[in-house]
Amino acid sequence: MGKKKITNEWKRHRVQILWALLTNSYLIGFVQGKIYKGKLKNLCVPGLNCYSCPGAAGTCPIGAMQAVIGNWNFKFAFYAAGFLVFVGALMGRFVCGWLCPFGLIQDLLYKIPFPRKLRTFKGDRLLRKLKYVVLLFFVILLPMFLVDVLGQGAPYFCKLICPVGTLEGGIPLVLLNKSMHGALGWLYAWKNVLLLFTVFLSILIYRPFCKYICPLGAVYSVFNPISVFRYRIDREKCVGCGACAKVCKMQVNPAENPNHPECIRCGQCKKACPKQCIH
Amino acid sequence: MIRRLGEHKAGICLAALGLALMGYGIYRGEAAVCFQKAINICMECIGIG
Repeated sequence: MGKKKITNEWKRHRVQILWALLTNSYLIGFVQGKIYKGKLKNLCVPGLNCYSCPGAAGTCPIGAMQAVIGNWNFKFAFYAAGFLVFVGALMGRFVCGWLCPFGLIQDLLYKIPFPRKLRTFKGDRLLRKLKYVVLLFFVILLPMFLVDVLGQGAPYFCKLICPVGTLEGGIPLVLLNKSMHGALGWLYAWKNVLLLFTVFLSILIYRPFCKYICPLGAVYSVFNPISVFRYRIDREKCVGCGACAKVCKMQVNPAENPNHPECIRCGQCKKACPKQCIH
Repeated sequence: MIRRLGEHKAGICLAALGLALMGYGIYRGEAAVCFQKAINICMECIGIG
């Protein structure tokens, strides 16, 4: 039983790895310390994937949104917002579970053994609302209103919070470009502290960044109940055994709400259901 | 088939709205701004700028 469960989870991880490789296929960038500059970068990718990662072949939608909102010429990002609405309406948080490279990294970190893993804690539910605050303030309002003399706003989420940029872009680019060493300062140190903290928390708690911070997950969560790809419960077959809720690492009870905003569609509940009533 | 489409009505309508918004954004020239940002190393993102 245990072996079967591990095998099944690796099936999802294989898809995650394949997608991460596909969207970070400019491998020569990791050797040369440069980023891809081709036309594919006109396109957004569905997951959180820093466009300053040497391998990145596409654009991060959260980065794209801040770039346009913070541009003096525009004050709303229809392109990035439309992309998020399109992907969210089709898949909801399926993206988080299957197509986000940073989700994969957190999944793998959680597999590292630790004496006491935290399934939930006091304030967990409230803390999950933080990602909506991060989305509103750091992705939308600050780049829109906290501007320089030219009317340009910085990508505040990327600059002050996002550990993905540090992991995928900052560390490899700084290691590969000696010219950048002189420019390192408090911001680089701060972002590395945040990354280390996120890594440590990911060993203790399942996907802490997705649960509490990720603005992309916040957007997709809104679409979970109405997305084209969603779960359904066969109420006639369900015996209320609670097996689905017990196995859920996002602490959702699929029998009560199969399309809860926190559900990342990992599919573990479907496998755990003894009556196969989750479709 | 039609019943299934009905079930997904809200999702399909929103996906179409998303495509329309993307089209409008491209028409306004937003994609070019994103592209320019994405092909240059984003100093803020990597913790330098």
